[in-house]
Amino acid sequence: MKLDSNIPGGPIQEKWDTRKFELKLVNPANKRKYKVLVVGSGLAGASAAATLAELGYQVECFCFQDSPRRAHSIAAQGGINAAKNYRNDGDSIWRLFYDTVKGGDFRAREANVYRLAQCSVNIIDQAVASGVPFARDYGGMLDNRSFGGAQVSRTFYARGQTGQQLLLGAYAGLSRQIGLGTVKMFSRTEMLDVVLVDGHAKGIVVRDLVTGEVRSHAGDAVVLATGGYGNVFYLSTNAKGCNVTATWRAYKRGAGFANPCYTQIHPTCIPVSGDHQSKLTLMSESLRNDGRVWVPKAKGDKRKAHEIPDGERDYYLERKYPSFGNLAPRDIASRAAMQVCDDGRGIGDTGLGVYLDFRDSIARLGKDAIAARYGNLFHMYAKITAEDPYSQPMRIFPAVHYTMGGLWVDYNLQSSIPGLFVLGEANFSDHGANRLGASALMQGLADGYFVIPYTIGGYLAGQKAGAVKSDHPEFGKVAGEVAAMTKKLLSINGKRTVDDFHKTLGKIMWSKCGMARNEAGLQQALREIPALREEFWKDVKVLGSDATMNQSLEKAGRVADFLEFGELMCRDALERRESCGGHFREEWQDEGEAKRDDEKFCHAAVWEYKGQNQAPVRNTEPLDFENVHLAVRSYK
Amino acid sequence: MKVVLHIWRQSKKSTQQNFAQDGKMVRYELDHVSADMSFLEMLDVLNEQLTKKGEEPVAFDHDCREGICGSCGVMIDGQPHGPQRGTTTCQLHMRSFKDGAEIYIEPWRAAAFPVVRDLVVDRASFDRVVQSGAFISVNTGAAQDANAIPVPKPDADKAFDAATCIGCGACVAACKNASAMLFVGAKVSHFVHLPQGRVERELRAKNLVAAMDKEGFGNCTNQYECEAACPKEIPVRVIADMNREYLRSKIKEEPPSNKRVGGDG
Repeated sequence: MKLDSNIPGGPIQEKWDTRKFELKLVNPANKRKYKVLVVGSGLAGASAAATLAELGYQVECFCFQDSPRRAHSIAAQGGINAAKNYRNDGDSIWRLFYDTVKGGDFRAREANVYRLAQCSVNIIDQAVASGVPFARDYGGMLDNRSFGGAQVSRTFYARGQTGQQLLLGAYAGLSRQIGLGTVKMFSRTEMLDVVLVDGHAKGIVVRDLVTGEVRSHAGDAVVLATGGYGNVFYLSTNAKGCNVTATWRAYKRGAGFANPCYTQIHPTCIPVSGDHQSKLTLMSESLRNDGRVWVPKAKGDKRKAHEIPDGERDYYLERKYPSFGNLAPRDIASRAAMQVCDDGRGIGDTGLGVYLDFRDSIARLGKDAIAARYGNLFHMYAKITAEDPYSQPMRIFPAVHYTMGGLWVDYNLQSSIPGLFVLGEANFSDHGANRLGASALMQGLADGYFVIPYTIGGYLAGQKAGAVKSDHPEFGKVAGEVAAMTKKLLSINGKRTVDDFHKTLGKIMWSKCGMARNEAGLQQALREIPALREEFWKDVKVLGSDATMNQSLEKAGRVADFLEFGELMCRDALERRESCGGHFREEWQDEGEAKRDDEKFCHAAVWEYKGQNQAPVRNTEPLDFENVHLAVRSYK
Repeated sequence: MKVVLHIWRQSKKSTQQNFAQDGKMVRYELDHVSADMSFLEMLDVLNEQLTKKGEEPVAFDHDCREGICGSCGVMIDGQPHGPQRGTTTCQLHMRSFKDGAEIYIEPWRAAAFPVVRDLVVDRASFDRVVQSGAFISVNTGAAQDANAIPVPKPDADKAFDAATCIGCGACVAACKNASAMLFVGAKVSHFVHLPQGRVERELRAKNLVAAMDKEGFGNCTNQYECEAACPKEIPVRVIADMNREYLRSKIKEEPPSNKRVGGDG
């Protein structure tokens, strides 16, 4: 596999300008002859679809939800970073760039991160112009708060619903284009494969989730903005429908999959309450602005929180990381929580939990001030747990939240398949081995609003518009394979349900490839997953038909892909014999802190599919750090 | 705990003629329900049991399961999203029900929301209303600095209150007229409280009201069931905002410019 990162020359500050000038343009009158297929309607997909349509391209946009407004970006709570420096506290594009590279534990691509920091300022402008009601102060100016891994306040927010407001802004722009007829929207439509003609992505095969019809859509380029794969763990903060299917099937058609082992475990989620648990709910990182994390100093202390005096509490983040305190980055805060629980000091019935306590902030600022900042989060917490977080501390525990790995893309966000572009969480490039809080919304919108509209033109300018139609034989072939897989799933009629298999896979992934990983565990997972997959294809029970809405069938296809993907993830985790960011190998640590091996692993691992039952090949893209020099990440 | 469920089962898309003939209520008994389960997790358990018995599981819409995506929503004992105020179906927990409770679960009922299957309805009418004008006509790249236009905090807060709508459709389901005025009013109110949204306020109000009528949503008769059912507790004042904006657009109506647009160059 040839991996050309395609980074422009020159100093890092000028690279994006250089690239924008180098890229060939498509004449305004010719743009309408090109059709772009955008899969996914979250922040990246909706902003890309709307912006490409504004430029004059024909756009078709696809989502599996019943409306594009429901993509899971909607659930992002805390905020979005931007180097506006409205606070006059020393922020700059360079500092946001620096913090993000360092936060990612030196496993992101510098040039992409710099561009992200540059675009961040335009995102806020764009969002405000499209009516996003960000929080404001009494002078009418935009307000900011702090997030993990930064010592400046650069996070813009809309109460605890920033993702919702930003997505509704992008959705409004998308809706405007749909109304104008420049975007054709296909809701309740799931992409099941990508179609290559002469090595270029020229279309997709989808299934209509209401009628069951398998359809082909041809285009001049395909954009995947299909999110992350956190649901491989079964329990995560992702929506139930989030899946790896689109990116996985692109991988099987030749797109490289980079760093699948990089997953983010978020430190502050509501703990699991029982076996019926279907998903986990995040409590925003922003709560760590005012909440203090602690456990009892003594092992097995079963007293109620308020009965434990200050002297017998261990505010372990403040103790271990005095300069960042409760705002240590996510990977570090999660591991620290796991360590105190392993130490027997976890709280709650299961001992798998720590306190997030607002007592001191409420005393300092008053209950009303805290309610104004986090009211909806406190409300959500109370609804789920039936406990009042104003009067007793929240119980929290780490949970799978975000995936930094994804399809490999070059600087132009093009995958290793020409004409296939990948945006947002679905790609791999900007967050390295750990994503900082409030950076996902920034990346999704930067990719969709400000990067793809330029780079896709550079590709399309070299393509003859409308050269491939959906009656090309390759579409028939791929559609046939998709329909055959559906038929096969329905024909097995075994004994175990799809969810049953998914839960079993999730347990393997969480115990062997979760917060801490080691050689023996990963080897074992690599034996268990193929066995489970084999059982799935012999014993899964999927009822109903493929000619109606069939939610079990939808799930079955997604879980079938997770059962293949999980293996690749463990393989990647096994081969990366170092610890970095969210990837913690027990063999490489320095008293519980991740220990990188820059000699051997300062690269992105890019996996290449070689066929069913063939071992995939691990390629590498070396990462150069010319501007932020490699150093041990310290938040002490 | 143990519950008895009566659930609407319907295998084909509704015909709109006589919904009673499209499906029927079916009774299920479910044991070992934990009070900590969410309502949808309870339905998951039912579906696992049905599947094992060889019966097709109950179809229902859901996704984020944290009350923000707006996918879920069913009538529970005649109330949209069930008995708890300000709570979506996915955030409702079984501790809100008594042991032995009989629970009636049905899809939203409205001419503009045809039933697709079981508890799943088609809410594309909401999307079409939004497409008619619930946006600010600004292209990417055209924005000035975000702090260039100060927005008074009370205005920003009012805009935000309206913008929290999740588009679930509970307001329509709660209304005897199947009116979408809380939904449409929320859109109008959100944009009109922001300076950026006031540029095209007249056109927006007119277009949204026309689109809402075209989709077959009914009118408001001031019963405020919508506000009571809204999981985001959007106040009915947004309907007043919409009516005011609509009236304003009618008063301000003037003939379009007879000058050629786009310049003569």
